[in-house]
Amino acid sequence: MRRSSMRALAAATFAIFITACATTGTSGGGAVASPTGNDTGKDFAFQSTQFSPVPEQEAMRQQILKNWKGVGVEFITDQEAVIINNITAEAKAGGTGRIGIIGLENGQFSSIVAGNYLQDLSKVTDRNKDKKINADMLTLGKFGGSQQLYIPWMQQTYFLVANKQALQYLPSGADVNALTYDQLIAWAKNIFDKTGQKRFGWPVGTNGLIHRLLQGYWYPSYTGGLVTTFKSPEAVTMWNKIKELWQYSNPQSTTYAFMQEPLQSGEVWVAMDHGARLINVLKAKPDDFIAVPAPAGPKGRYYMSVVIGLGIPKTTPNQGGAEKLIDYLLQPDTQITTFRTNSFFPVIDAQMPADLDKGLKLEADAVAKQSSAKDGKVVPLPVGLGSQGGPFNTAILNTFQRIVVKGEDPSTVLNEQAKIINDLLNTAQAKCWGPDGTSTSTCQVK
Amino acid sequence: MWARTEEILPYALLLPSLVFLALLILIPMVQALLLAIQADSGEFTTAYLQRMAVDVNFNDAWRNTLLLIVLIVPLQIVLALAMALLVNSRFKGHQWFLYVYAIPLAISDLAAGILWLAVFTERGYLNTAAQGLGIVDQAKVYLSFENFGGLVAAIVIAESWRATAIVMVILVAGLQLIPRDFFEAADLFGANRLRRTLYVVLPLLRPSLQSALIIRTIFAFQTFAVVLALAGRNMPVIAAEAYSWYANNRDAHLAASYALLLLGLTIVFTFVYLRVLGLREAEVKR
Repeated sequence: MRRSSMRALAAATFAIFITACATTGTSGGGAVASPTGNDTGKDFAFQSTQFSPVPEQEAMRQQILKNWKGVGVEFITDQEAVIINNITAEAKAGGTGRIGIIGLENGQFSSIVAGNYLQDLSKVTDRNKDKKINADMLTLGKFGGSQQLYIPWMQQTYFLVANKQALQYLPSGADVNALTYDQLIAWAKNIFDKTGQKRFGWPVGTNGLIHRLLQGYWYPSYTGGLVTTFKSPEAVTMWNKIKELWQYSNPQSTTYAFMQEPLQSGEVWVAMDHGARLINVLKAKPDDFIAVPAPAGPKGRYYMSVVIGLGIPKTTPNQGGAEKLIDYLLQPDTQITTFRTNSFFPVIDAQMPADLDKGLKLEADAVAKQSSAKDGKVVPLPVGLGSQGGPFNTAILNTFQRIVVKGEDPSTVLNEQAKIINDLLNTAQAKCWGPDGTSTSTCQVK
Repeated sequence: MWARTEEILPYALLLPSLVFLALLILIPMVQALLLAIQADSGEFTTAYLQRMAVDVNFNDAWRNTLLLIVLIVPLQIVLALAMALLVNSRFKGHQWFLYVYAIPLAISDLAAGILWLAVFTERGYLNTAAQGLGIVDQAKVYLSFENFGGLVAAIVIAESWRATAIVMVILVAGLQLIPRDFFEAADLFGANRLRRTLYVVLPLLRPSLQSALIIRTIFAFQTFAVVLALAGRNMPVIAAEAYSWYANNRDAHLAASYALLLLGLTIVFTFVYLRVLGLREAEVKR
């Protein structure tokens, strides 16, 4: 048993991210790597959008950074907008700033990359070659150019968590480890018919990640694409399915941000969300919950991989120190501590320990099953949108809000939102990515 | 020479705070204003304001904001007045009341929103208590997107709890400024408590009421953390839209347009308060 879950974990860490990201751009050779900097001995701030819960921040300071021998590092979490502001402000002020290093999601880097505020870290990649950093993720960190603008730090994905109370209502013939969206809808309906309660939940609240579930799960699984198929007949079918499921969903879904909370309180029995937003319920009640792969649609079992990268701003007060910190965070021990304490998966070839927490094992198994599923297909976060990343998410969100919450006609809404999406793709001049395949010109809704 | 120093002195003393205000408030305010009407290329444009006007949430946002103000501000003024009169009657233990009333002042608005979310959510305190007392069989969902009235009621309750104290503090201060002579005169003429409140206290409290109304209305325009916590995306308000356009969409121009709208509405309301409640010239001269 122990051996098999270890193997599952090893599979998970490699397979969350398969090769779908190879479409993201040329990994052009002939990079002119900037020389690695000297450790100036100056302390610096490490700003990140990750680890916003206080216990995770404490784990970062007390455990993950425990064996760090370099200069003083002040770990600060903040919202994306604040960090981008800080970096931009320091870059505009000139000289060196206070922020030595940043840790953001792949998509959150885009406006900083567009502003040309980041150092090329190719040399740091080279000297960490022996750690076998996932090559596709490294490619993502180049943003289609030749410079290594971030180095992968850790990874996550989204999956489904269910209360064991809900299992008795599974539709007959459904395998909970290989659900389809139709079965998911039948499941939620069955719960409602038998108990009178709406127990499926969506993260549609203010900080919820519903747009990611649409971009990486529902849309590609139903239409085989996201942008190109945005208003296709398959998309209309998908929206009608979502509306059907919405009838059996807790109407408080519009206040939910992290699904672990309503799952733990029992307001919701079945929900999909980002792993870091589900782990607490798995850790707190590992015997009451199961974690399983995302459902499959007509086009396959699509799932999304989230890469968190480390970048060094050009205004860093201590380039050498920040580079050493990257070396440290990529060490196998540090990567495994990061998984143990904050449940983000390693990005390197790391040997997993056998004595993992029960909740972590549930998560690791689900992720392993998801990535090794026969019909499993991985998509990255939207690529190449630059400053249009936020508006793109909002456009997807508003589509959900209008069709599902407000009940407007799907075709009308899709036509109107398609115009908005095409405009912002034109502004960003973004090529197609992930589920839409590759394109030579700007990606557009067909 | 002496006289000149005396003339300059007040301005000299004001200068540091003026510089402070200019640097930290006036200049950023002008910059924000310009963001709403000036393109990156430097030319003036109404494009951002037009985009705001056709934004999906625009109509809901201003309607909801005004609705909340119409519901919250009068309720709070009445509540705060009652509380202030109670505290000011100096009954035994009135200071204790003052402290209890002031507790919400120390709590951030987001924390207050989350606190009330814990009360109103399906498995929250309200349902647990109601079920424990046998009032309801099954937990009720109050914060449903289908139940706009419930959302509004929850927000009004949470906001009233959170921000009535600031109004009360202003009114208590106003009450304490009323000279005792007036009350003695009213007593001499045989006025009872109600008449004394209606004909002596309220008219003399008008300046304080005016500032309380202005301050409270400005804050009510800025309400958004409580709304976000309790209603999520279901209840767009102007301040939340400004935040969302800046933080999520990284569009400072549209965020500034919403801020400009807030500024405009605030100015209109303040002007109305000043006209309606302001001291008329005859009263000042008297």
